[in-house]
Amino acid sequence: MHRACKKGINRGDEVKIFVTINGGQRNIDIEADEMLLDMLRKIGLVSVKRACDTGSCGVCTVLLDGYPIPSCSYYAAKAEGHNITTIEGVQKEAIEIAEFLVSEGVEQCGYCSPGFALTILGMTKELQNPTEDDIKHYLVGNLCRCSGYVGHLRAINKYLEVKR
Amino acid sequence: MKEVNKSVTKADGLGLIMGAPAYTNDLAMNNALVIKVLRSPHHFAKIIDINTEKAFNMPGVECVLTYKDVPRNIVTRAGQGYPEPSPHDKFILDEYVRYIGDEVAVVAAITEKIALQALELIEVEYEVLEPVLDFENAENNTSMVHPEPECHSMFPMGFEPAKNIACTYEMNVGNIQEALRKCDVVVKGKYYTKAQAHVAMEPQSSFAHIDIQGRLNIISSTQTPFHMRRIIAEAFGMTAGKIRVIKPRVGGAYGGKQAIHGEFLVAAVTLKTRKPSKLIYTRKEVFEATYCRHAMRLDVTLGSDKDGNLKAIDMQILSDTGAYGEHALTVFMVAASKTLPLYNKVDSVHFSGKVMYTNHTPAGAFRGYGAVQGNFALESSMDELAEKLGMDPIKLREKNMIVQGETSPIFKIMGEGGEGIEMSIESCKLDYCIRRGTELMRWKYKYPRNQIDKNTVRGVGMAIAMQGSGIPYMDMGSAILKLNDEGFFNLLVGATDIGTGSDTILAQIAAETLGVDTQKIIVHSSDTDLTPFDCGAYASSTTYISGHSVKKTAEKMKEMIEEEGAKRLDSLQNQVVFDGKFIKSLETKEKISLKELCEQLYYKYDQKQLIASSSYVGTKSPPPYMAGFAEVEVDLETGKIKLLDYVGIVDCGTTINPNLAKIQVEGGLVQGIGMALFEDVKYSASGRLLTNSLMQYTIPTRKEINKITVEFAESYEPTGPYGAKSVGEIGIDTPPAAIANAIYNATGVRIRTLPITPEKILMALKGDASV
Repeated sequence: MHRACKKGINRGDEVKIFVTINGGQRNIDIEADEMLLDMLRKIGLVSVKRACDTGSCGVCTVLLDGYPIPSCSYYAAKAEGHNITTIEGVQKEAIEIAEFLVSEGVEQCGYCSPGFALTILGMTKELQNPTEDDIKHYLVGNLCRCSGYVGHLRAINKYLEVKR
Repeated sequence: MKEVNKSVTKADGLGLIMGAPAYTNDLAMNNALVIKVLRSPHHFAKIIDINTEKAFNMPGVECVLTYKDVPRNIVTRAGQGYPEPSPHDKFILDEYVRYIGDEVAVVAAITEKIALQALELIEVEYEVLEPVLDFENAENNTSMVHPEPECHSMFPMGFEPAKNIACTYEMNVGNIQEALRKCDVVVKGKYYTKAQAHVAMEPQSSFAHIDIQGRLNIISSTQTPFHMRRIIAEAFGMTAGKIRVIKPRVGGAYGGKQAIHGEFLVAAVTLKTRKPSKLIYTRKEVFEATYCRHAMRLDVTLGSDKDGNLKAIDMQILSDTGAYGEHALTVFMVAASKTLPLYNKVDSVHFSGKVMYTNHTPAGAFRGYGAVQGNFALESSMDELAEKLGMDPIKLREKNMIVQGETSPIFKIMGEGGEGIEMSIESCKLDYCIRRGTELMRWKYKYPRNQIDKNTVRGVGMAIAMQGSGIPYMDMGSAILKLNDEGFFNLLVGATDIGTGSDTILAQIAAETLGVDTQKIIVHSSDTDLTPFDCGAYASSTTYISGHSVKKTAEKMKEMIEEEGAKRLDSLQNQVVFDGKFIKSLETKEKISLKELCEQLYYKYDQKQLIASSSYVGTKSPPPYMAGFAEVEVDLETGKIKLLDYVGIVDCGTTINPNLAKIQVEGGLVQGIGMALFEDVKYSASGRLLTNSLMQYTIPTRKEINKITVEFAESYEPTGPYGAKSVGEIGIDTPPAAIANAIYNATGVRIRTLPITPEKILMALKGDASV
């Protein structure tokens, strides 16, 4: 069993966890059933958005030790000892992606954009020279209702081209 | 054109991607009470007794409200202009609950958890009533969805609550029976379109607080802040002067946020407690308790002579508005008024139908707004007619469709809720759109079908569409331009950017008119205290209506700058020109820079603030046009459909911002593709909504979308700002019919009910004609 969960049982509903968030180490009081999304918003990281509540849409994506996860469906207690990254913590890397998205006009309402940009960052770390199918497969969990997706691909292809 | 017809990046784009606090829930105060709503477990019931004592006494609960605690004024939540063309049939809270998810009681607590626990403590005794669940049998049902005596319509629309009829309408051009009798070829079809969920990624969100002047402030994810102020004042019986509505950034809307959703409840809690409160809908609430697209049954009959000259169109619609009549009349009328004028050479047109109340989740505004339903039926029927005539479906359309310079009697007969206006079409490049689309689709090689292997076929299909650009003589937009020291401007607009980029394109229009860079225009929009009136983001009106008001305002500002420049150059005003940087005298050749002028205006000499304002109401609603082409691959063994390619060629007049216009169309297309192939609002046998999460309700993912090509026709609308029409809705209209036609061409089966699923294709291939 995870260390944080043991602590949670010992202390009733209130739990203190130790996490690294955007490079800074913190002790945070959480409730035992609190989701990571709620914890992050509570401490002011409002770039993390709630959208579907069921881990289906990717809007609430954050990086856990560098890998994208849906924070709405991840218990905060499970983050004990891990590295959490939100877009506030990777402004320099994310702005490179963001500039390609805005130059296609494809961010539209922007609500899914922080989670989407983080997933693209995760992808660039995990996949070398991804094909179009690889890109779609990696990003399939990030839904977007505004853009129709094809503009995303135009932006990502240009971003990857420049990175190469 | 320097700033217009240019892909300027969205002013808020980088900020949003980088996670700046921008949406309602980001801006709500940390101490806001959290509101949770007790929702009806029954389709239809009367609350006999409700006990909130235990919930109220729970520590941390600040407020519990039922229908007994709020004003009883009947309104429509639709979020339309005034007088509203939707029946007034909704109280803030009522003793009747009319669908599973309808509001029973409201709890506000210091945390979400406490609010949820308190909901469990509310005891309700219901008298469960027999629900109306089948809109095709709603009229003669013994149950009456709206028994309350207060419900009414603001003008005659055939509102008959005793028969569960929200509205009716009928129109005629010529004599339809006679015209059909004379036709050589007649086709008839019955089509069904389903409800569709908007699935904006940001759920409906609202936050209220009392400001230091004691006024109710509401921050809300709305498309219509000014209408909202009026409707909230009406519902609470208070003066609109005591209310301020602010729309921050909105995370998608597509019509889903035109109406009032949680705003009544945050207002009620904050007025009662004088404390800030917020209500952020869960995804389940968004599905169950906001509104969806109107499900419709459409009966279409087309008649032509043997040469393919279309002579008669008959369209009859039955629409399901669910528990409340939001947009009931107008969506249903638009299904005809923004499809039937496509074929204007007919002898006779007849349109009629009814919109029924049922105990379903209400229906309301959704991009396409009826036109997409009407288009599916009409454009499927056109292919059926072409086949019966033995004619190429494109030739049939080209022979009969409206062309530039022509009109249709329907423009005058039908508006949105009442009469329309006469209008000749000054820009229509449908002929180009079709020609270019057939080239890009390589139609002549692909039509009608290609057998790939034993079980795989490919086919192509197409459809044409029209929409509108605002509601003439009704929708108003307005703008204020303020010149600041250092020579930059604030543009204040009531227009409501819901993610479309309208703030940016309005800045481009102002910049173009003034001759300055778009970056010199700082836009603030949608604050009922600080920005001028605008009807809001609906009916494809922002570019055409609000854009026009911005252009007029900027023209006034340019004159003001020239007037002040002339004074300082000792010249006559008609002898100076402002070129964006300098005000120059044509007589003396002397000049003064805008920056110098501003230094004088604000600090040195004859000081004054320059402010210009203007408004615009459309006198016509020029339709954008589009031709959409689909290529599908169907597996004949499994019925599986793959959309290989979609080509959309659009005539929206000048594209103020080509990139943003393109994304509007691509996004609309994918919503239309979702409606055609995937999105299926399903009810259980007992009528409970099954598709209430993104696990059950599937919208297209990026894997379902292969190739999409969108291009724009060279087109200029003389009545539009810099030649622009609208682009927000047209993209959604063609996919259902174009895809249905492509599937027919591939497989020989005609599917007349949406969505077109593999199951339906297999059933049809096996001879089931009911799909």
